[in-house]
Amino acid sequence: MLSRTADHLYWMSRQTERAENLARMLDVHHRHSLLPHTSDEFDRQWTATLSALGQLQAFQERHGAPTNERAFEYLAFDRENPGSIVSCLGAARENARAVRGSITSEMWETLNTTWLETRNAAAHQASDIGAFLEWVRYRAHLSRGVTLGTMLRDDAFQFTRLGTFLEGADGTARMLLARTQPGTPLVDDPTLPDSYAWTLLLRSLSAFEVYRKVYRDAVTPRRVAELLILRDDLPRSLHRCLQELHANLLLVGNQGSAETARRAGAVYSSLRYGRVDDLCANGLDQYLNEFLGTIADLSWRIARDFLLPATAS
Amino acid sequence: MAAYDEMLTADHVRRDHYQRYGAWLDAQDSDVIARRRAEADSLFHRVGITFAVYGEDEGTERLIPFDVVPRVMAADEWRTLEAGLKQRVRALNAFLHDVYHGQEILKAGVIPADVILCNTQYRPEMQDVDVPGGIYAHIAGIDVIRDEAGTFRVLEDNLRVPSGVSYMLENRKVMMRLFPELFVNHRVAPVEHYPDVLLENLRSVAPIGVKEPIVALLTPGAHNSAYFEHAFLAQQMGIELVEGQDLFVRDDSVYMRTTMGPKRVDVIYRRIDDDFLDPLAFRPDSLLGVPGLLAAYRAGRVTIANAIGTGIADDKSIYPYVPDMVRFYLGESPTLQNVDTFILRNPDDLAYTLAHLPELVVKEVHGAGGYGMLIGPTSTRSEIEEFRQRIVANPTNYIAQPTLALSTCPTFVEKGLAPRHIDLRPYVLSGRDITIVPGGLTRVALREGSLVVNSSQGGGTKDTWVLE
Repeated sequence: MLSRTADHLYWMSRQTERAENLARMLDVHHRHSLLPHTSDEFDRQWTATLSALGQLQAFQERHGAPTNERAFEYLAFDRENPGSIVSCLGAARENARAVRGSITSEMWETLNTTWLETRNAAAHQASDIGAFLEWVRYRAHLSRGVTLGTMLRDDAFQFTRLGTFLEGADGTARMLLARTQPGTPLVDDPTLPDSYAWTLLLRSLSAFEVYRKVYRDAVTPRRVAELLILRDDLPRSLHRCLQELHANLLLVGNQGSAETARRAGAVYSSLRYGRVDDLCANGLDQYLNEFLGTIADLSWRIARDFLLPATAS
Repeated sequence: MAAYDEMLTADHVRRDHYQRYGAWLDAQDSDVIARRRAEADSLFHRVGITFAVYGEDEGTERLIPFDVVPRVMAADEWRTLEAGLKQRVRALNAFLHDVYHGQEILKAGVIPADVILCNTQYRPEMQDVDVPGGIYAHIAGIDVIRDEAGTFRVLEDNLRVPSGVSYMLENRKVMMRLFPELFVNHRVAPVEHYPDVLLENLRSVAPIGVKEPIVALLTPGAHNSAYFEHAFLAQQMGIELVEGQDLFVRDDSVYMRTTMGPKRVDVIYRRIDDDFLDPLAFRPDSLLGVPGLLAAYRAGRVTIANAIGTGIADDKSIYPYVPDMVRFYLGESPTLQNVDTFILRNPDDLAYTLAHLPELVVKEVHGAGGYGMLIGPTSTRSEIEEFRQRIVANPTNYIAQPTLALSTCPTFVEKGLAPRHIDLRPYVLSGRDITIVPGGLTRVALREGSLVVNSSQGGGTKDTWVLE
């Protein structure tokens, strides 16, 4: 397939996935705001989230210290911010538009409708942020469903999936990172003062019921990390995302991509056979930062191997 | 004389081929029609059948208005028109081959040599280049109108990159979805197979010796106003939609950049004008084209459809001679007439035109899209005088035609059903054979009394039915 087409498909799905991850991340804050809290800890949480997204500096330059209202506006609705939900949905749609010949018409109509409705949905922003975030999630379910339900299992599908899982792994890691206090040990102690925050994280990742089913026990930071990093049966876990990423990389492989596939395979193996206490021996935050570095490396390599090949002359 | 009404005779009786549709329409509730019209709008929006408006922000993609009343043609009307179109396009291709080879038609004095050789649309790069099957205009969009007597006449031949066929296809799809009952009780000739015919046509003109030709559609990109159509056709044919940056030339062959490495391309269905095709040969500032493409083309390693240089046959200064081409190359008398045209380089025509400017339409020979044009009946005296000066200064640059009352077809407007002027663009495909999918794109001028059907100037479209 055309390199340019692969590039658009890959970014179409990355942007769609990113919008969903952002909605989930903001959902943690939204749920938090409904609980009794002090505004100090609230602002601290926003700093952690913006920092995990790599957007703290850009935010501060525009708005100064994070407040609830400004942070929601910036990450959900701000068209000037290329990393906001509405910007991601717009970018996903533009990428889809550029390759509408390579996706099914139902996929195109789904992404196009999402984008058209974003304007209406965004108009209700202040009044009902919860409803907006839920709407974004449901549109993401629809996008995923129409991709799986209608697309031919060819290389177009595989590049679409590459984007989904690379961004999926990135999103889950950042959500965990935003909740991780640097240097705190990973323990199974349900009496820690911020244990409810881990519950919120699970709910926002649609993983709370899963957690109960798997552990049948109180929510602790160690188990949450184990679930979100190592479970092979949880759709948004790092393990699951890397497994799919690696498999799709093997399917689209060309003469120059073996090293990229090897590196993805190496990370996948560490998640497949690793133990949470070993992986996080130097702290969860350090592990997650390293993991995000690996994702950035894979992202760069995928672009070089497939999406922007040098002129072969 | 009054315009020809497609549905009603002069005595306000429905023509035979509109009987059944008219009866159906009489039985419809106006609410139902209104609802279906709204439904049509939302269908077009959701599918994203839009065209971009230049110079405006994102989100300014517009719908071309669609009218739910079909334009209906009887089988025998179509048969005559079809024969005339095939004959005309055969002659045009013969002319293009001749112009770029022996130039017999110039030697015979049928067309003055300077009209061709001094024309910017004549491409000397194409002289003595052989193209597969001698076909230049693989896809021709011939604009046809009906005069007051109901006679079909050709208004314009579009032989470069004619567009609009996606509307023909989508209009039919929407009509079938909104009014399935109409298709049950009418025998409407299908048009859905157009992409198959087009692909087969393109494959039939691949360079000699290529067994399984790879065809690609070359688009200027997502910001082009016709991008929807490019993407649509590529998808319907199952071929790659490429931009200039996706192609490169090596050893006179053209390749696509793919995720699996370079892949050879044999036929390029291009939707880019000649000027932008190859920065090494034509406009050096073009970012849309492929450096070296002309060299590959001249070496016969790739087919470009339509061929480079077809513009010489659809230039307005050449148009008056097309009936002569039919006689000269085919030895036949032309089935389809032109609109009467005065060639202002001829002193008699010039004198007549200058004496009758208020009732004529004068066109600049290289103009397009309604620019450089005088519409006598709707112009002020000073506009006419100003144009007169321009004609006198350079008569060769102009042709003149009587103001035509295009035929009308009933159309839904704000006040209800009313007659509006229409034209027709059938798409003539030439390869191993000549094929025309029955009908074409009917464009309608939605403003009362307007004769301008262009989508950029308030035109809409209709589904076109040829009854079997």
